[in-house]
Amino acid sequence: MTPNIAPAEPRQTPGLAPIPPVATRPIVEVKSVSKTYAGGVEALSGISLDFPEGRLTTLLGPSGCGKTTLLKIIAGLIPASGGQVFVDGREVKGPGPERAFVFQDFALMPWASVIRNVAFGLELRGIAHGEREAIAERHIARVGLKGFERKYPHELSGGMRQRVGLARALAVDAKVVLMDEPFSAVDEQTRRKFQEELLELVANEGKSFIFVTHSIEEAVYVSDRIALLSRRPSRVSAIIEPKIVRGGDPEKIRRDSAYLDVVEDIWQQLKHYLD
Amino acid sequence: MVISGIRLPMMTSLIVWAVIWEIAGHTDAGFILPPLSRIVWRVFEIVPTASFLDALLITGRAFLLGNAIAIGIGVPLGILMGRSVIADRLLLPWVNLFLSAPLSALVPVIMVLFGLGETTIVLVVVLFSMWIIVLNTRAGVRAISPSLVEMARSFGANGWQAFSRIYLWAALPEILAGIRLGMIRAVKGVVIGQLLVSVVGFGTLFEIYQSHFLMEHFWALLLVLFSFAFTLNELLAGLERRFAYYAASR
Ligand SMILES: Nc1ncnc2c1ncn2[C@@H]1O[C@H](COP(=O)(O)OP(=O)(O)OP(=O)(O)O)[C@@H](O)[C@H]1O
Ligand SMILES: [Mg+2]
Repeated sequence: MTPNIAPAEPRQTPGLAPIPPVATRPIVEVKSVSKTYAGGVEALSGISLDFPEGRLTTLLGPSGCGKTTLLKIIAGLIPASGGQVFVDGREVKGPGPERAFVFQDFALMPWASVIRNVAFGLELRGIAHGEREAIAERHIARVGLKGFERKYPHELSGGMRQRVGLARALAVDAKVVLMDEPFSAVDEQTRRKFQEELLELVANEGKSFIFVTHSIEEAVYVSDRIALLSRRPSRVSAIIEPKIVRGGDPEKIRRDSAYLDVVEDIWQQLKHYLD
Repeated sequence: MVISGIRLPMMTSLIVWAVIWEIAGHTDAGFILPPLSRIVWRVFEIVPTASFLDALLITGRAFLLGNAIAIGIGVPLGILMGRSVIADRLLLPWVNLFLSAPLSALVPVIMVLFGLGETTIVLVVVLFSMWIIVLNTRAGVRAISPSLVEMARSFGANGWQAFSRIYLWAALPEILAGIRLGMIRAVKGVVIGQLLVSVVGFGTLFEIYQSHFLMEHFWALLLVLFSFAFTLNELLAGLERRFAYYAASR
C-alpha cells in the first residue's frame, strides 16, 4: 500500500498488490513525440510514455502543459511534429476504429436524438439502421439512460449528456477510450458517481482508458497509473501507481491515509509549477 | 397592443390602414390610389385570367428554379468559405460586392446577354438571392463548435460524411435564414426586373395596366405579389423556428 513514486519508470512495490501487476504489453506507445503549433508554441518536446493494456492511465499536469495536445495526437486528430505513436502495435496516421474519444464539452449533435448520437460512430461505418440501433440501445441502458433514447441533448442535464458521450464511445467497441476531462463540466455528486462507474468499466470492459483530469484527487482515485507532466514544453516528470484497494466503501477510500498520501505527494510535485 | 385596457388583436393596425386607404380612395387621390375594396375585387377578377396564370407560371417556375440553383451553389460555397481560409480570402470580397451592389442595374445587361426568356428571370433570381445564402451559410459554419467537427473525424467521418451529417445540420438555422432572405430578395429582383423590361411574365401585365391607366388592376397585381412574398416569408420563418431550438446549443 505504499504509494509508488519514481522519476521515470514505475518501481514495483513488494508485498501484497491489491490488483494484479500491470500487464507488460503496452496498448499505446508514445515515442519521443513533440508538437510545435503553427505560431511557435512548443506544447510537447520529445515525450515518451507507455500505456498498459486494460488499465486506466491518467495524464495529470499544470494547465496548458499539453495534455489535450497529447491526447489528440494519440487520437490521430492532430499530427505530431516529431516522434511516433503506436496503438496496438500499429503506427497512428489518423483516427482509427480501435480508438474512441470522449469530449470535455460532450460534442453531441443537438439536432439528433440520444439514440442517433450514440449510434453515430456505427452510422459512419455504414452499419444497417436496425443493427446499430440495437447496439446503441444496449449501451444507452449500460450508462443508465434507458427510456431516454428518443430525447434530444437539450432535454438532458450535463451529467446525462456526458453519459451519451460515453455510450457513443463504448458503442464502437474500441480498444482504447480517450477521455479529455470528461467530468469537469458536471456537478460534484455526478462526478463522484461517474468515477465509480468508470472504475466499474475499467474492471469489466477489458478496455484501456487514457484519462485527462485537472483534479489530483480524481486522478488518484480512478487511475491505475498516473503520468505527471511538467510545464510546457511537456515531458513526463514522474509516473505514479496509486494502488488503491478497490471495492470498498468509497468514503472510506477517500479518507484512507495511503490515498491521502499519494494525493499529498502529487500536490507537492505539482505545487512548484504554480507561480 | 393594448389601448385603454382593451387587448387588440395583431391585425388591428392593418385594419386601420385598410380603412384609411379605403377613405383616401374615395377622394381625388382615387385617381392613382383606388379604394382598397375595388382593388380586392379586381384581384378576384384578374387571378383566373389566362394572361395572369401564364405570367404566374413563367415567373413561378423561374423563381423556383432560380432559388434551387442559388441554394445548390450558395450552400456548398458558403460551407467551403466557412471552412477554408484560402477560399474565403478569394471569394469574400466578391460575395460582399454582389450583396451590396445595386443589382437592378445589372438586370438590363442580363436581358441583353440572355434574351427575354425564362433564362433571364432564372439568372436574375440567382443573382439576387445567392449571395445572402452564401454569407449566412458561411456564418453558420464558422459558428460550429470545433469539437463537433473533431468528434466526427475521430469516429471516422470522411469529407462527404462531415459535410452532409455535421456542417449542413449545424449551420441549418443560419442556412434557412439565408434562404428566406434570399427568396425575399429574389421576389424583389423578379418584380424589378420585369418592371424594368416589361416583356416577360408579370412585366407584360404591369405594362398593359400602366399604359391603359388601369390603376385598380395595377394595384391588384401588386397586392397579389406582396401577399405572395409575405406568405413565403412566414412559411420559411416557421420552418426556421422548428430548427431554432438547437441554434443556441451548438
Ligand atoms: N491550435 C493551437 N494553436 C496554437 N497553440 C495551441 C493550440 N492548441 C493548444 N495550444 C497551446 O498549446 C499548449 C498546450 O495546450 P493543451 O490544450 O494541450 O493543454 P492542456 O494541458 O490540455 O491544458 P488545460 O489543462 O488547460 O486543458 C497551450 O499553451 C496552448 O495555448
Ligand atoms: Mg486540455
